[in-house]
Amino acid sequence: MVTVEFLGPINMDRLELKVESLNELSEELKRYSELNSWLKNSAVAVNDEIVTDKSLALSSGDRVSLLPPVCGG
Amino acid sequence: MSLELYKGSLNVSEILDRWYSDTKNSNYGAYIPFIGTVRDESGIDGLSFDIYRPILEKWFSKWQERAKELGAEVRMAHSEGDVLLHESSYISAVFSPKRRVALELIDEFVEDFKANAPIWKYDLKNGERLYAEDRSTAINGSGLLS
Repeated sequence: MVTVEFLGPINMDRLELKVESLNELSEELKRYSELNSWLKNSAVAVNDEIVTDKSLALSSGDRVSLLPPVCGG
Repeated sequence: MSLELYKGSLNVSEILDRWYSDTKNSNYGAYIPFIGTVRDESGIDGLSFDIYRPILEKWFSKWQERAKELGAEVRMAHSEGDVLLHESSYISAVFSPKRRVALELIDEFVEDFKANAPIWKYDLKNGERLYAEDRSTAINGSGLLS
């Protein structure tokens, strides 16, 4: 299982999903209408490293984080 | 690590003084701080912040390495939770042997901080905590899962 957590203002509890790549995860998350706009503007981290390759394989135990637009300071 | 996170507003003078004392014998010719203070605007009572520490620490480590290559040092302090009007939520500083390096580095550092540090800002207004979406910036590479 892969754990998916939603950071900052995304008001959603973490999910445990059986997916083997970010591509598959993308399809799974599109089923949640409340995530629709967040998927378009959020960055993605796998085990706390920002990733940019959607074909990346995921292993059981991996932790994926969605990071919506930021504004520190 | 020279990354300090505090609940609530920062004690600006304590932090700046301590950083000065820590570094004054390190032969840096320049100490350039940037202090972010909450402004009274749009009827807000203050700001509030969420931070995701693991990625913030990695982001900051890369900047420390970058500064070290230039013979300089970066430090940063930030608030978590609520910070009221005219209090400060953010300090960053560059220490460098050379003024030009310090001036350029503080500019690049603060701009990258605004664009990529995993911190989320909320307006405190009428008893609510409202995500400051219109002032927020999508991190490089956003939209990967859309």
